[in-house]
Amino acid sequence: MGQSFTQKILARGAGKSSVAISEIVDVTPDVVMSHDNTAAISATFKRMGVERLDDPRRHVIVLDHCVPAASEKYAQNHKTIREFVAEQGIEHFYDIQRGICHQVLPEQGHVRPGALIVGSDSHTTTYGALGAFAAGIGRSETAAIMAIGRIWLRVPETMQVRVKGAFADRVGAKDFILRLIGDLGADGGLYQAVEFVGPAIDDMAVDDRLTLCNMTAEMGAKNGYMLPDEKTRAWLQARGVKDYEPVFSDPDTVYARVLDYDVSALEPQLAAPHTVDNVHPVKEWAGKPIHQALLGTCTNGRLCDLHRAADLLRGKKIDPRVRMLVFPASVEVVREAMRDGTLLTLSEAGAVIMNAGCGPCLGAHEGILAPGEVCISTANRNFRGRMGSRDADVFLASPETVAASALTGQITDPRTL
Amino acid sequence: MTIQGKVWKYGNDVNTDVIFPGKYTYTITDRKEMAAHALEDLDPTFAKEVQAGDIVVAGSNFGCGSSREQAATCLKEAGVAAVIAASFARIFFRNAINEGLPLIECPEAIGAIEAGQTVEVDFEGGILRVGDKTYQFPGLPESVMGIVREGGLIPYVRKQLAQRKA
Ligand code: SF4
Repeated sequence: MGQSFTQKILARGAGKSSVAISEIVDVTPDVVMSHDNTAAISATFKRMGVERLDDPRRHVIVLDHCVPAASEKYAQNHKTIREFVAEQGIEHFYDIQRGICHQVLPEQGHVRPGALIVGSDSHTTTYGALGAFAAGIGRSETAAIMAIGRIWLRVPETMQVRVKGAFADRVGAKDFILRLIGDLGADGGLYQAVEFVGPAIDDMAVDDRLTLCNMTAEMGAKNGYMLPDEKTRAWLQARGVKDYEPVFSDPDTVYARVLDYDVSALEPQLAAPHTVDNVHPVKEWAGKPIHQALLGTCTNGRLCDLHRAADLLRGKKIDPRVRMLVFPASVEVVREAMRDGTLLTLSEAGAVIMNAGCGPCLGAHEGILAPGEVCISTANRNFRGRMGSRDADVFLASPETVAASALTGQITDPRTL
Repeated sequence: MTIQGKVWKYGNDVNTDVIFPGKYTYTITDRKEMAAHALEDLDPTFAKEVQAGDIVVAGSNFGCGSSREQAATCLKEAGVAAVIAASFARIFFRNAINEGLPLIECPEAIGAIEAGQTVEVDFEGGILRVGDKTYQFPGLPESVMGIVREGGLIPYVRKQLAQRKA
């Protein structure tokens, strides 16, 4: 029987020729990501009674969740991490100026097709868009890898999602992944690998593929995967990554489930409060007044996302009652968007240009919601209390829908502008 | 090991933000303080009234959302003896094992369990007793049980390191 992409990667990590579905394997990851939670991880590492990391080259640390530090506690947290990095000689460390981990790792060449990556963040699934195996893990087990260089993983079944058709104007990857999560539910891909294939994926820019794999975490999946192709190769080459061996599922792989989608007739979608699978066409919520519009995060803070919003806002003013916040996903995105005038366009429309980082996505700082407020956001999660008050509402949508809603002050289908 | 505990019952997709709000993830480091916020945004009475040995029962996908370990830690520290659910989100599942918080996946039993009721769990036998009904649940895989048996991931890794040196 054929081995899926995920089986092959986990077999290699475990030093075996093949692995069975549901088997528990002990693997040594190629790359281990952690972020602001590295302070807690380093404390656990020390409690394990170890002095030195098993292999510091394996670890990549990015400060992004609350940058710059919002309070003395966060400042101490960052300081602890910097000291740990220096003490352990961790070379791959990105301080507060760099951007969100899930954008920084691919950009800085830490994500290669065929790599086995784990990260102490649920959206580590993002890297599957470049043909890597990437799954989220917990903090203590990240500390355990620091100590012993290994982690147990269960070999998941694979679900294949075949996507065809061309997106209509102002409809795109975010609308599709919301629809998919809406159809499958928050546990629709629980413990599974999700493999995206088909002409619509082939046509998709790498930026958008990252959006899809990012959100597979919201259907409970262990990892997302896309076949590395010519676009992947060009994207990586532009960032100096050349040596890798892509891994593909065998043609006779048995999938747990195969789903077929045609995106041609897809309309703009949103996730209404307070779950990501509460998905509806944007038009059903049109007219709902909003207070804040958030463009950014690891889901939609890339250059093409900023372009989409800027295209709708160019020469216009957002509704004065709306606070629009723009968080580019990385400093690379910041600079590109500065050079090509995108940030100027957004600023002239009335948006607040923020630093590259997670911003208010997890409710820590930089745009927290008051009780009764409504935010429309390009992020990936809208759980109660996530962006501040538990009595605030967060809607998730595409960059186009967020920009259109900022313009009118109410939830707006971008095709109606 | 057999335990008996009083049930706190919740629905499907109980996510990590309602188990332990994101705003505390970097500001609260004390386990006792984590316990004081357990399930805060889902059931504000829980942290005040939970007793050591109580059991949390929920529907499918318990613990979905972020990878935050505090979601498992706050329940464990609050005295929760086990969580019974129809299914668990995968990172929560890992975190709970690493924390030494036993999880029972038993979709058939969930509908029969009521809030406030006392249920009995026999871990070795894989048997869950609800009133006069009994349900079977699958045990954890052997390699994972090793971690639970050592009392969580930290003692497990310590032991591994000691064996390496020896
Ligand atoms: S942007 Fe939001 S979802 Fe992404 S890593 Fe940061 S906090 Fe997590």
